[in-house]
Amino acid sequence: MSQIPAKLQRILDDFSAITDRHERAEYLIEIADRFNSVRVPADISARPHPEENHVQMCESDAYVWAIPKEDGTHQFYFDVLNPQGLSAMALSVVLAETLSGEPNEAVAKVMPDIVFTLFGREVAMGKGQGLMGIVNMVQYAAKSKL
Amino acid sequence: MPDIAERGYAKPDVLVSTDWVAENLNNPNVRIIESNEDPLLYPSGHIPGAVQVDWTRDLNDPVLRDYIQKPQFETLMSRIGVTKDTTVVFYGDKNNWWATYAFWVFQLFGHTNAKIMDGGRLKWEKEGRELTREVPQYPPTQYVAPERDDTKIRAFRAQVLEHIKAQKPLVDVRSPQEYTGELLHMPNYPQEGTLRGGHIPGAQSVPWARAVNPDDGTFKTSDELRAIYEGEKGLKPTDDIIAYCRIGERSSHSWFVLTYLLGYNNVRNYDGSWTEWGNSVGVPIEKNV
Repeated sequence: MSQIPAKLQRILDDFSAITDRHERAEYLIEIADRFNSVRVPADISARPHPEENHVQMCESDAYVWAIPKEDGTHQFYFDVLNPQGLSAMALSVVLAETLSGEPNEAVAKVMPDIVFTLFGREVAMGKGQGLMGIVNMVQYAAKSKL
Repeated sequence: MPDIAERGYAKPDVLVSTDWVAENLNNPNVRIIESNEDPLLYPSGHIPGAVQVDWTRDLNDPVLRDYIQKPQFETLMSRIGVTKDTTVVFYGDKNNWWATYAFWVFQLFGHTNAKIMDGGRLKWEKEGRELTREVPQYPPTQYVAPERDDTKIRAFRAQVLEHIKAQKPLVDVRSPQEYTGELLHMPNYPQEGTLRGGHIPGAQSVPWARAVNPDDGTFKTSDELRAIYEGEKGLKPTDDIIAYCRIGERSSHSWFVLTYLLGYNNVRNYDGSWTEWGNSVGVPIEKNV
C-alpha cells in the first residue's frame, strides 16, 4: 500500500483545482455544515472530553477519537468546542468521511500538509499548525497500529 | 455585565457595544471590519455592511516576516472605503483576539480613529443579531498614511534582550503549558513550530483570555483586570512592559487591555514572539518543567 485513501485523494484533487478563494471558502463551509454527522457520539465521549483526545495546537479546541473496528481499521470521530471553529469542523468532516474504515497503512501516509491543499497556502501559521495537529492525531492513531 | 462606561476603563471610548454597532450599520462615517482567526467565518456570514480584513492576506508582507508598508496600507484603506475621518470598528472571533491584532497594526499607521466591538462576534451571534453573506462594496478612497511607526508599540528581539538585562517586566500571554515549556503529550509533535520550549526569562504568565468573560467575550471590568495584572503580578501603569505570545496575535489583545482599558502608557507587543525567540540561537530561556 503506497497511496493515501482514494476518497481523500479525490477531495484533494478537487481542492487543488480551485484557484478562487471565495469558491474554496464556499466549498469548505458546505463541508463544515455536515459536522454533526462526524461529531463524537455521547456513548463514546461526553464533555468534558479526556485530555488524551485533545488536539494540543488547535485553537478551536478540537478533539479526535479513533475507534478500532473489527477489521482493524478505525472509525474517526471529532468534536470542536469552539462553535466558530468552522475550519476545524470542515477538516474533521473530510478526515472522517474519507479515512474511516480505510487501511491503517494508507491512513498513516496522510501527511499534515494536506491542510494547505484544502485551505490554501495563505492559511495563517498558527491556524495551519492547529489544523495540522488534527491530521497528526489521525495519522498517529493509524501508525500506532502498524 | 455593567455598561462599558461603568466599568472604570481608562479609555472607555475605544470600545463600542453591539447595540451601538447595530445603530450605526448605515452610518457612512463608520466602517465595521471583521478580522478572524478562522478564514471561513466571514464568508459564512457577517454583520451587514462589514468588510473583512484578513490578517494573512491584508496585513502581512507576502515575502518578509513583517507587516505591510505604507503603500499597501493605503491600498487596503482605499479598498475598504476608509478615509482619515472614518471610525473603524473591529470585531472578530476568539473574543476579539484577531480584531485587536488588526487594531494594533492600524495603530502602527496612526489610524487612531479605531474601536473594538465589545464581545466580538460571539456576543453578536449570541444576541441573535443579523448576519449576511452579502459582501459590501464601497467607493475607493484616497488615503494617505504616514510611514509605519514601529517605535512606540512594537518591540523587536534586540530590544527584548535589553529589556531582560534591565529587568523590566515582560508578560507571556500564552497558555500555562506553553509558558512552562511542558512537552506536548504526544511524542514527535512539533512544539508550536519552535525548537525550544519555555519562556523569556523574567516573564510573568498572564494568559490573554483571562481578560475576557468567556460567556459573551466582553472585557472584564477595570477592577477585575487590575486584580489580575496588578494584584497578582505586581505590574504598575508606569511600567515599561513588553507582551508576547507565539506570533504576536494573542499579545496584541493583552497590549490592548493594558494600554486602553487600564491606561498603561508604555506597552509594546513583541510580534516576533516565541516563534522567533524559541528558534533563536543563544538567547536565554527559562523552563519550569
